[in-house]
Amino acid sequence: MARPVQEINAGSMADIAFLLLIFFLVTTTMDVDSGITRKLSAIPPEDQPKPPDVKERNVYIVLINQHNQLAVEGELMSINKLCDGVKEFIKNPHDNKNLSEKKEPEEIQFLGMVARSKGVVSLQNDKGTSYHKYIEVQNELVRAFNELRNELSMKTFGMAFKDLANDKQASIKKAYPMTISEAEPRNIGGKK
Amino acid sequence: MAKFARKGKGGTPAISTASLPDIVFMLLFFFMVTTVMREVDLKISVKLPQATEVKKLEKKSLVSYIYVGAPIKAYQKKFGTEPRLQLNDELSKITDVVNYISAEREKMDENDIPFMTTSIKADMEVKMGIITDIKQELKKAQALKINYSTRKKL
Repeated sequence: MARPVQEINAGSMADIAFLLLIFFLVTTTMDVDSGITRKLSAIPPEDQPKPPDVKERNVYIVLINQHNQLAVEGELMSINKLCDGVKEFIKNPHDNKNLSEKKEPEEIQFLGMVARSKGVVSLQNDKGTSYHKYIEVQNELVRAFNELRNELSMKTFGMAFKDLANDKQASIKKAYPMTISEAEPRNIGGKK
Repeated sequence: MAKFARKGKGGTPAISTASLPDIVFMLLFFFMVTTVMREVDLKISVKLPQATEVKKLEKKSLVSYIYVGAPIKAYQKKFGTEPRLQLNDELSKITDVVNYISAEREKMDENDIPFMTTSIKADMEVKMGIITDIKQELKKAQALKINYSTRKKL
């Protein structure tokens, strides 16, 4: 007496799928997290001897005060000149006495002998500086180094930096390390 | 020349909808796979600053988030309007950062710990004082890789 199993009507399958689809369409967020990546310096151990002072001409001091004004090497500067200023300082093509010195040339893979810059960009900010101004300045500093790397990449490999193979990128990064140092905020270190 | 004689009575034949469920399922799976459910309820308002030189954060499981901003309207009575930081679902004090980072680190695979990144999602209007304090705490917690979360400027 076994009756044949009736076929299930699949006509509403599409409706159910649509319902689920709309749920996921609404809840989905497609944003990718992106941002400026930085590495903090570790707190030096107490008994460590003080690192040798860096010569004044090798430090590019960038200050932002509580009114969001930018001072570079003691003089007011507008934000759109900062990138070129940093590039000039690191490259120092005319051996200007006020800009950064060069290290002894050393061998870097793919690039041959390279005299790297001793320059360090020092960024200091006030407690009252706005975050967006700080990010703007960080962005310009990173842009300066990215442009330097890109220029070198174009010159030696004829390609943009981001299109290079990983080992070549590493060489270029070695030639232009991102030397941005953030000064220890004084009012935090001092009070105990 | 009756080679192309009209068949039947003309009129458009009905389009078969039999493959419609398949198409819809395909879309459904796409969205199911790509969707990320929001993991935290923000109690503070965060409007990210813009930047051009941004890098993508690759592995979400290696990232812990610190949100900074002024509390939203519903919480202003309780917490005031001064910028606060939020870790997971709680508004927290700056001194909680160290504990939070070590808790996040516990959850991680041992091999991944060196690649751990802390993403600071701060409102563009906050002052650097609070950010500097957070950075100082992160240094104490040995979480040195950080990322200032920004929107990409076009």
